Amino acid sequence: MAEKVMVKGTEAIGEAAIRAGCRLYFGYPITPQSELTEYMSRRMPQVDGVFLQAESEVAAVNMLYGAASTGHRVMTSTSSPGYSLMQEGVSYIAGAELPVVFVNVVRGGPGLGDIQPAQSDYFQATKGGGHGDYRLVVYGPESLQEAVELTEKAFDVADEYRNPVLILADGLLGQMMEPVEFPEYRDLNTLPDHSSWAMQGAKGREPHKITSFDINEHVLEQMNLRYQEKYKKIIEKEQMWEEYKTEDADIIIVAYGTMGRIAKTIVNMAREKGVKAGLLRPITLWPFPYEIISKLADQAKLFFTVEMSMGQMVEDVKLAVNGKKPVEFYGRTGGVVPTPNEVLAKLMELI
Amino acid sequence: MSYKIKLKGPEALSGKEFTYCPGCHHGIVHRLIAEVIDELGIREKTLMVAPVGCSVFAYEFFDVDGTVAPHGRAPAVATGMKRAMPENVVFTYQGDGDLAAIGTAEIIHAANRGEKITTIFINNAIYGMTGGQMAPTTLLGMKTTTSPYGRSAENEGYPLHMAEILSNLPGVAFLARTKVNKPQDVLKTKKLIKKAFLAQIEGKGFGMVEVLSTCPTNWGVPPVEANKWLEENLVPEFPLGVYVDKVGDEK
Ligand SMILES: Cc1ncc(C[n+]2csc(CCOP(=O)(O)OP(=O)(O)O)c2C)c(N)n1
Ligand code: SF4
Repeated sequence: MAEKVMVKGTEAIGEAAIRAGCRLYFGYPITPQSELTEYMSRRMPQVDGVFLQAESEVAAVNMLYGAASTGHRVMTSTSSPGYSLMQEGVSYIAGAELPVVFVNVVRGGPGLGDIQPAQSDYFQATKGGGHGDYRLVVYGPESLQEAVELTEKAFDVADEYRNPVLILADGLLGQMMEPVEFPEYRDLNTLPDHSSWAMQGAKGREPHKITSFDINEHVLEQMNLRYQEKYKKIIEKEQMWEEYKTEDADIIIVAYGTMGRIAKTIVNMAREKGVKAGLLRPITLWPFPYEIISKLADQAKLFFTVEMSMGQMVEDVKLAVNGKKPVEFYGRTGGVVPTPNEVLAKLMELI
Repeated sequence: MSYKIKLKGPEALSGKEFTYCPGCHHGIVHRLIAEVIDELGIREKTLMVAPVGCSVFAYEFFDVDGTVAPHGRAPAVATGMKRAMPENVVFTYQGDGDLAAIGTAEIIHAANRGEKITTIFINNAIYGMTGGQMAPTTLLGMKTTTSPYGRSAENEGYPLHMAEILSNLPGVAFLARTKVNKPQDVLKTKKLIKKAFLAQIEGKGFGMVEVLSTCPTNWGVPPVEANKWLEENLVPEFPLGVYVDKVGDEK
């Protein structure tokens, strides 16, 4: 078994990407993830990879588009305002069905906001942000170990479905230090072979054309229906969540990422007070684990969604619960991280 | 009795019929690029990036691997490709709306990095696809659908000279402005396009050829007159010539 090493969040994700076989990184500095860009600038040359600081996030995402179209594993990282700028490219990449991994270390918004951790980009991450009917697989890790594992998985899932994958972290995860166990380096020769579609030069074959475009609305509709088939498969096969003390829970807290991690403490504190609380922590934010929440709604009396936003994921929780039980919400925003005590106090008010 | 004569086109063209208006120069320039690709023997390793604009279908007209970039972003897409596949030949094909308006940042930075890609830049002083709106290259006094009283320096600024701007950047290895409205220009342009590809192939840096072109449809003049209009109006504003040449004479 590999050894555990102390690393910073942003660096953990960068290292995991390299070990997963990512050899091209394009990015632009923005707090609180600039250390990831810096880490890649140090590491990529050491593994014969490419690091390029783009002139903007708009350029970075399009460099990814170009590099991914050749069938290589590629990644970028950014924070909220930067990810907003990338949305044009995200839509094109989804439409062109290119495997790309994005990291958004979310900070307080809207606008320039601040540089503190937040979860207020949930809508943008899971409901679109760019134009058109498209979906991204979105992971919300709670710890650095999970971030490392999900980063590795992100590349495989992106490859398998030819679809962009987004790791939605927050400033807290990006800045903390934790012991982490890294996976072995992937042998680049064992990575999936993309020569059947990638742009590598039309030697002895018909040229490959990669676009998100068709001027004929019926053809474009067919393309969209094909994407939807893929999304259906992803919904069936890729949902991930964690349940914590839900077996006998009357109150189900729903929280993800850093907030999900804090929520475990809140569950324990509530149980000490004799309240049967449990946690449902979505790990894939898309596909969202609707079914398990719906199932829990048969057992629990109350759902309590906690977010570092004014309430975004709570809409998905409500969809899942579908009126069966009340869904309450508590959130802080602007980069303020709720303390376990204040959330517990809100919870106690509800019962 | 009627004869159908089928001329064999360049191998680097797919044979798909061009969708351009009669008298438009896009088709001529496509053919020149394809001939250059054939002559250099690089068809099987060429990757192309088509723009947003009338030539959005260019990826289908060339018999090479190809993609379509978002409006203006072709140089960034080409950068990603070239960095991933340094042994391949990568070119972008862009209009003046694409390259000189929405994509100004991308072209300047790709050129400044000395990105080893080739850009063919079609300057027809107007937006073709969207129906004749003003471009950054639109001449002063020129009427378009969004400068119906004629472009004024005070309101819209001056025509943007991309060849001159980019020629100041040390990453540029070959840069020329040319035209194809006369047969002798066509031959000259082909040589320039070849050099812009050689700048990349020889690893010298970024290569670009700006081609002054017609848009008879949106200029509202017949093709022959459009050629004349180009000569009389575009050429004085946009001086022809080789601005940067680090390739040297062809052996
Ligand atoms: C982001 C974005 N903005 C605007 C458009 C609409 N649009 C399509 S083509 C075009 C202008 C193209 O003009 P040019 O590059 O000069 O090419 P031409 O059609 O003249 O060949 C515009 C504005 C678009 N597709 N995407
Ligand atoms: S609209 Fe203008 S640029 Fe477009 S194809 Fe027609 S003539 Fe050419």
